[in-house]
Amino acid sequence: MNNLIEVKNIKKNYGKKEAVKGISFNIKENEILGLLGPNGSGKTTTIGMLLGLLKPTSGEIFINNLKLEENRIEILEMINFISPYIELPKKLTVKQNLFVYAKLYKVRNIKDRIEYLSEKLRIGELLESITGELSSGQKNRVSLAKALINEPKILLLDEPTASLDPEVGDFVRTFLEEYKKEKKISILLASHNMNEVTRLCKSVLMMKNGEIIDQGEPNDLISKHGRANLEEVFLKLSRSKSEFN
Amino acid sequence: MSLTRIYGLFLRHFYLITRSFPRILDLVYWPTIQITLWGFISNFFATHTTYYNNAVGVILTCAILYDFLFRTSIGFNMLFLEEIWSRNFTNLFIAPMKIGEILTSLVITALIRSLIGLVPAILLTSPLFGISILELGIFLFFLFLSLYIFGITLGILVSSGLLRFGPSFENIAWSTMFLLAPFGCIYYPIETLPEIFQKIAYFLPLVYIFEEARNILINQTVSIENIYYAFGWNTVYFSLSIVLFYYSFNAAKNKGTLINMGE
Repeated sequence: MNNLIEVKNIKKNYGKKEAVKGISFNIKENEILGLLGPNGSGKTTTIGMLLGLLKPTSGEIFINNLKLEENRIEILEMINFISPYIELPKKLTVKQNLFVYAKLYKVRNIKDRIEYLSEKLRIGELLESITGELSSGQKNRVSLAKALINEPKILLLDEPTASLDPEVGDFVRTFLEEYKKEKKISILLASHNMNEVTRLCKSVLMMKNGEIIDQGEPNDLISKHGRANLEEVFLKLSRSKSEFN
Repeated sequence: MSLTRIYGLFLRHFYLITRSFPRILDLVYWPTIQITLWGFISNFFATHTTYYNNAVGVILTCAILYDFLFRTSIGFNMLFLEEIWSRNFTNLFIAPMKIGEILTSLVITALIRSLIGLVPAILLTSPLFGISILELGIFLFFLFLSLYIFGITLGILVSSGLLRFGPSFENIAWSTMFLLAPFGCIYYPIETLPEIFQKIAYFLPLVYIFEEARNILINQTVSIENIYYAFGWNTVYFSLSIVLFYYSFNAAKNKGTLINMGE
């Protein structure tokens, strides 16, 4: 399978602080890659660079064989993003928000697309509701609908199930599994929920202090580090020094 | 440039305005209050000074023009701030929108917001004070256009600051117009200013716009030169504001402001 995302030795410095210290990785078509690491490890900075919101200090990012720096608009047309730290305009109805973003992404059959996502994400009854009045679980599903409005080839998920109850969290995870299977999209999942990562991701990257300190399939990492589950591997790695030091 | 995207972003703000009666009221309320207040002041001066004896509507007309400028500039800033306050900023900048498309959409939306406030104010001046701003004739269009461009220019400059420095720049957004007002010679001729202030004022298109409005109303003559100067300076400042916005966008990408804006 082809690499849909190729990250080559990217660094990001904020003044003297090195937020990301020359990391490289690839994401293949129809793959979910987990991005793990403690707070401040450089995950959000890495996602910001993939979205073109941050300019790498050095290194290159290729998405679908296009260099991000030179093809930002074309690349953004095939990407979308969801994070609990960003929201949709609260005063607009769900339908208005989806319609606006459908326009921004130049979606052709807007009505059909909204209907499809409404059915899949069970937000049909919420379409006329004011976005700011929705519960966390409802907002999460609406944000997911916005993130899928342009039928992205690549979905970047930053803690997509944070603050959700177990039932809604499970619904979102099941939806992502089925959607990925159906549409063959690639997903980069940054999460602190190790069960979620074990369930969804084929492989994971472990980041700490701006570096990738380990990577591999979840079960391989568990075996390699002699731990019972991915959470224990995470704790071991995040409490120790980089294994590459 | 994609009209679809421009229309999409325009819709985002149009929906917001039409969904909220207080927002519409707010757009109409302040210009109306402003015009009413200045209408009475204008009447007072007209009967107590010789300068305004033959042109009762001069102050009121200038108040309307200034309010249009104020609404346009603040309106543009508000659109940008709305995105920050609603934590939608990142969503907007990860959409495949060119900077030109974002600016064009905001410029159109700001114009519509300003007109929503301006039209009732203009309509009120006639029955309340027997004055019509339309007395400025065809040149009214050029004066409004010039003010609109300058208002948008200020809006883009402040938005550049918001991009570069984040929400902490918000207070500047509110004070820009008040800082410029004394140099704009809105209600008095430029000769009223101290000499050093006059030198600064001549670098602003506002002076030429308001001088020309008074010239038309008081002297019943038109000085095309003032209109040219206003457009000339507007071209300079508008071009600079666009360059600065692009510079700020790139600086924000280096600094990380775009990804942290909503936090």
